[in-house]
Amino acid sequence: MPNLKDLKNRIASVQSTRKITSAMKMVAASKLRRAQEQAEAGGPYAERMGRMLSSLASNVQDSGNGPKLMTGTGADQVHLLVVVSSDRGLCGAFNGSIVREAKRQIARLQGEGKTVKVLTVGRKGRDQLRRDYASLIVESYEDVGRRRLSFADADMVAKKVLAMFDAGEFDVCSVVFNKFKSAISQIVTVQQLIPFAVPVAADAAPAATDEAKAIYEFEPDEEQILAELLPRNLSIQIYRALLESAASEQGARMTAMDNATRNAGDMINKLTITYNRTRQAYITKELIEIISGAEAL
Amino acid sequence: MADKVEFELVSPEKLLKSLPVDMVVVPGTEGDFGVLAGHSPLISTLRPGVIDVYEGERIVDRVFVAGGFAEVTETRCTVLAEEAVALTDLDRASVEKSIKDLSEDSDDSKSDAEKAAIEAKLAVARAKLDAIGTSSAAH
Repeated sequence: MPNLKDLKNRIASVQSTRKITSAMKMVAASKLRRAQEQAEAGGPYAERMGRMLSSLASNVQDSGNGPKLMTGTGADQVHLLVVVSSDRGLCGAFNGSIVREAKRQIARLQGEGKTVKVLTVGRKGRDQLRRDYASLIVESYEDVGRRRLSFADADMVAKKVLAMFDAGEFDVCSVVFNKFKSAISQIVTVQQLIPFAVPVAADAAPAATDEAKAIYEFEPDEEQILAELLPRNLSIQIYRALLESAASEQGARMTAMDNATRNAGDMINKLTITYNRTRQAYITKELIEIISGAEAL
Repeated sequence: MADKVEFELVSPEKLLKSLPVDMVVVPGTEGDFGVLAGHSPLISTLRPGVIDVYEGERIVDRVFVAGGFAEVTETRCTVLAEEAVALTDLDRASVEKSIKDLSEDSDDSKSDAEKAAIEAKLAVARAKLDAIGTSSAAH
């Protein structure tokens, strides 16, 4: 027969776990709202930059000698994967799915005989990738945007990537991150950053947009602007990825903590029933002992 | 009264301003340019400097930008700024201090790349100081 005192302790411990998980859920919910707002606030800049880029690109592509960030180095032998994960755990499958996708990409690229390098953002991703691919990790960042993600954080990562690119350390760069869809669903996304595929106006209406673009004046010339715009765009793309990832992390954590709170509740109910049954069984047993003792006299 | 241009100031973190104005003067890399309604389409890089927003003949808003890009169409002027601060929020003492700190850093820096990065920051800080100078002269 289970010990009454043990059961009582166990119930108390699960109860305090439930308190913690429900508090974490609420914290995650409020952080999620903030992260979402931030992600939305970053929208206009990215959108306008995309517009400028595509009008620039359509002008430069004709001349056929765009900068390397756009056209690539001409090779695709060395790949750099930027893996964006979180610094903290307790957020369900968030980090697991990122790492799984990253490993799948690494395996695929290596299978094709390519060289892979990895740059991680976030402690969890680094820790998990280090087990299998420690030698591939060239750089890792922790505590990026711990309090509030700022553009400077993304810029720092982007500068590192650019420095490596300029030094010819890789040919193609992609970022792996969780794209925020809703609080319960995050989509692991792989996005190519270098060479950057400029969203040239959709084929649907090329004539009309080309006309609109052809009349832009550039100051200084297109190449120079593009040379400044592309590194900026890289920072923006990384910033977007970090924002999406931050929102996803909070969403994932909120869902995970919601489940944990519910599970703890179920567990408390079950334990309470066991506790009460055991208590009754003890009382009955003692009564039987007393009665049979009295009868024996 | 001439038509207005839609002026938008955007930083990577948010949309800072979006309002119709009579004219904006933007510090382009190759010289300041004023944008009125009906300006020919233009894309330009910016140098660190001050954007003046005109309402009629009067400057209603002055914003310091640390560089970025401007896209001008006939009806719209969009500035993608790297860092944007209202001129009134700049404080001479703190800017002077950062210039001093940066100059020291520049002397201490080891690699050329490091030095270049600090020099870039220094140029921004100096431009800030200039901007403060012009604004206090105007008052």
